[in-house]
Amino acid sequence: MGRTHESRPRYHFKPLNVGRWVLWGLFALALLVAPLLWTSGFALTMLSQMGILVIACLAYNILLGQGGMLSFGHAVYTGLGAFLAIHTLNMVAAGTLSLPVSLIPVAGGLGGLFFAALLGYVTTKKSGTTFAMITLGIGELVWSMSLMIPEFFGGEGGISGNRMTGKPMLGITFGPQIQVYYLIAVYCFICTALMFAMTRTPLGRILNAVRDNPERVEFIGYSTQRVRYIAFMISGLFSGVAGGLGALNFELVTAEVVGAGRSGAYLLFVFLGGAGFFFGPIIGAVLMVMALVLLSELTQAWLLYLGLVFVFMVMYAPGGIASLIMMNLRVAAFGKLRPLIGSYLALAGTAATILTGAGAMIEMVYHLQLNEALGPELRFMNVTLNAKGLDSWFGASFVLAVGVGLFELTRRQFAKQWGQTQEEIEREIKRREAAI
Amino acid sequence: MNAAASEFAVELRDVRKSFGKTEIIRGANLAVRPGERVAIIGPNGAGKSTLFNLISGRFGSTSGDILLQGQKIDGLKPYEITRLGLARSFQVSNLFTRLSVFENLRCAVLWSLGYRYSFWKFLADLHDANDRAEEVMEMLKLEKRRDVQAMNLTYAEQRALEIGITIAGGAGVILLDEPTAGMSRSETARFVNLIRDVTVGKTLLTVEHDMGVVFGLADKIAVLVYGEVIAFDTPERVRANERVQEAYLGSVLADHQADAGRAAHGIAAGH
Repeated sequence: MGRTHESRPRYHFKPLNVGRWVLWGLFALALLVAPLLWTSGFALTMLSQMGILVIACLAYNILLGQGGMLSFGHAVYTGLGAFLAIHTLNMVAAGTLSLPVSLIPVAGGLGGLFFAALLGYVTTKKSGTTFAMITLGIGELVWSMSLMIPEFFGGEGGISGNRMTGKPMLGITFGPQIQVYYLIAVYCFICTALMFAMTRTPLGRILNAVRDNPERVEFIGYSTQRVRYIAFMISGLFSGVAGGLGALNFELVTAEVVGAGRSGAYLLFVFLGGAGFFFGPIIGAVLMVMALVLLSELTQAWLLYLGLVFVFMVMYAPGGIASLIMMNLRVAAFGKLRPLIGSYLALAGTAATILTGAGAMIEMVYHLQLNEALGPELRFMNVTLNAKGLDSWFGASFVLAVGVGLFELTRRQFAKQWGQTQEEIEREIKRREAAI
Repeated sequence: MNAAASEFAVELRDVRKSFGKTEIIRGANLAVRPGERVAIIGPNGAGKSTLFNLISGRFGSTSGDILLQGQKIDGLKPYEITRLGLARSFQVSNLFTRLSVFENLRCAVLWSLGYRYSFWKFLADLHDANDRAEEVMEMLKLEKRRDVQAMNLTYAEQRALEIGITIAGGAGVILLDEPTAGMSRSETARFVNLIRDVTVGKTLLTVEHDMGVVFGLADKIAVLVYGEVIAFDTPERVRANERVQEAYLGSVLADHQADAGRAAHGIAAGH
């Protein structure tokens, strides 16, 4: 308003972003103290895997969330990185190469970068559906190679290694799992920080522009193909680091790490976590370990539950958990979260009812299919069910029906309430804008 | 901009374009001098938008030469042509929908300031890029909407941002494809002033249906009929041109004359 835009000197002021420093500090602290809070060996295994998958999922999201590239073959780059890392480890053990064990993941990263540069050159020539198809094809190609070249992929048994090799530095032998965990934690923090930094550079922003509107990008001077290719290589580099950490962690790399199942898991969990926000894939990685390790222990039908959750998420919250968090933070920022809490509790309660009913039925079906020899009875949530008894089936369907009915009622109520809250917020924003 | 500037900023020599068996552009010739402001008019289906798509590299031409400051540009990719100093806008707003107004503009200035594909510099430290984006945002009067995602802007704001992205990189030749399409009369008048402000000193080519806008923006008119430029001259002479009247303009121009007078008046008053 009334401001001239001649060569008025601009004042460059860079405020210290306190919130951001606090967040990164908390992230570092969480990585540091997690193994002190959960001390069991099992928990440590899970934490180690989480750290590795955080890197892999964030690297995947450079493609999916930031570049709009739907890859069905991301395991190619984590997996090949893992193979190169384990071969490097074995070369160190054989004495043909001198490299500290702590740098093995970097070798994995260079491997990921190399293969991303090689295969990505073809892949990133196209975008959209064609891109997705090519990644699928390359995924299958590498998978079939793994069967054809046992010298590199180790055939059925995979390639094993021993991370307690070379001279220990400062008494660190990488024998105990806790030492490996802290190595993973350091890599996890550095890689996360680097990937976050990338989102705030010219390339990172143009990558978002390519996601939103590739055609226009060509008319502001950028080659979309080049942007995608560079992003793809960066993603490959970090994926390879994750693969290399995996190789050190398990001391065994089998062909399934390049398989389509692993690629699908990256896609699924990054989506669940939320591809639209930088931190979404971190949530996805944590969920991935919980599902693959905990849920699969709990029930044989875990893949079915996972599929159901995925379908519900796509239908009701396509932005993933991260978007749910951010939407509620916005509501909270306008001081309107409190009235919603009752609805959230009601939603959670009715959803749990549905889960109980559906879960009982699913478990009974699985019991009949897989464990018939053990008799028709099974334990589910501290109740003994009879998979061949009419009363168990009737009870389960009753719980399910009541749950679905109540859930739908509360959902409609909540949708109305949510809509009103959003309208109030919009009005408030308009009012504030006008007041400037 | 270009030291080795030729006599013409944009030159078309017998340019042809066919889609399948249908020839849309049939030997178009046009020579625009630096700093000229040209409106391309013609009946629907004359090939006006196609001509823009050929010049900006969106489509390749079938034959003929297209020159920018004397340099042949046909066959180049859109981004190569953009780097040579030609920028275009689109008839349907073509924005980075999930990025904010500011980010849209900043993206549009990055290449021209030489930042290319760098991932070792923080955007926040690129003062020249940030200043230029802010400056364009002020010219568009979108400062208050700085952090709004492009998809949440009003239609008129999206049209303004469309122009902003086009001019932000500082290109010397600007192509605007129906910049005021779909706008109300009062919005159009304001918008024509905005376009005039942001394209000062540049070579301007616009495709336009609204005769008010044509007379408000252009000092020369090119008439395109069935893929040929049948006249290219000042508005008065084009109006008097018999071939033009015969082919298309006579009746249309008569209809628009009253209109145009009013619109031009409105623009002058608003200025």
